Amino acid sequence: MPNRAARLSCAITIVIALCGCARSGRNELSVPGGDAGRGRAALIALECGACHRIPGIPGARGTVGPPLDGFRERVYIAGRHPNVPDRLVEWIRDAPSVDPATAMPDLDVSESEGRDIAAYLYR
Amino acid sequence: MNGARVQSTLDPAPGSAAWPIDELGLILYAGAAVILAVVCILAIAGVVAGPRRVDARRWLLVGGLTLPAVLLVALFLHALGIGHALVSHESPGALRVYVTGKQWWWEIRYENGDDAGVLLANELHIPLGRPVEILLDSSDVIHSFWVPALAGKVDMIPGRTTRLVIQSDRAGSFRGQCAEYCGAQHALMAFHVVAEPAADFEAWLARQARDAAPPSDPESQLGHDLFFDAGCAACHAVRGTAAVGRLGPDLTHVGSRKSLAAGTLGNHSGTMAGWIAGTQDLKPGSLMPSSSTLTGPELRALAAWLESLE
Repeated sequence: MPNRAARLSCAITIVIALCGCARSGRNELSVPGGDAGRGRAALIALECGACHRIPGIPGARGTVGPPLDGFRERVYIAGRHPNVPDRLVEWIRDAPSVDPATAMPDLDVSESEGRDIAAYLYR
Repeated sequence: MNGARVQSTLDPAPGSAAWPIDELGLILYAGAAVILAVVCILAIAGVVAGPRRVDARRWLLVGGLTLPAVLLVALFLHALGIGHALVSHESPGALRVYVTGKQWWWEIRYENGDDAGVLLANELHIPLGRPVEILLDSSDVIHSFWVPALAGKVDMIPGRTTRLVIQSDRAGSFRGQCAEYCGAQHALMAFHVVAEPAADFEAWLARQARDAAPPSDPESQLGHDLFFDAGCAACHAVRGTAAVGRLGPDLTHVGSRKSLAAGTLGNHSGTMAGWIAGTQDLKPGSLMPSSSTLTGPELRALAAWLESLE
């Protein structure tokens, strides 16, 4: 077949592109000490779903704040602050101290709870 | 939350009306099991023994008529007795509470000396071991007051007052729910009953009877001012302030309650802010509009002030 090489290269390109899709998360985003399972329980207990749409959390369909799906790919937290683990934990624990203009209240979240929730959002 | 225990007819509180109801249920289950077993045994025995003559008339008279008649009449009388005891017995020394069903929340009023009483919402407290007479009515459609662990359902009918006596000898928090379909948010019309020792109950009622404390910091002050600027006071009352609205729940001590919006959400500054800004998203069709004109810090201040009202 004359265009066999072209087909092959096309297929390889598609496979590479698909691999890229699967790996599009920012792999450096991990939260030391954070446990996604405990984070899920904390998100449910704190009823974060009153304001946020959060995949995997029952009833979390809130529209007051931004949806939290694909948080791993998000470049900025609340459109302003670099999305890195320590900043996210800080944000979860006391958002107004990071951004005084935010609508998200300080919810008295502990350091370990904050790490767990961040781990869930980055899972 | 451990829903099975706080809202279950299978875990009735001792001393409550749900206890004899549960007992009646057990009698029915056990009796039905015995009857089923006897019928099965007879059916199998009939097959095993092979064909023979039976006195059909006698079997019909005894097993088909007399036995069910005796059992059903006995059960009926027993159930009538329970029903009578549940709704009509005199309860001297009973505390009296008025509950009005509204789409979709519960207005609760405690008698308190000679004044207008204490107006609350979505949460009843009762003293342990003392009967509490609840007078039920509705201001819109038919609702039904049901705390499965404490008592049977009683309908709340517009223009009529129905009555229920509840009691618990076990301390704890019990969840109740509207049990008569009453519109779009029927499923989000719940409440809590907290049974506690008499002294705690008296202290709670005294706290609830008080006016709201004045704002204690600048953020609460801002929240207090916004409550009036944003129009919340048109529908809500906060005793001790100029807010006297009666359309929505009285918020004088809203921060002390277990839930927001009649069991829709837990109660903390986050859920409060979410509820104020996302009302129609969380409970579509409720009379309260979502508040979309507040800035972030204003929303937080309003939630902080309301949460400070304990």
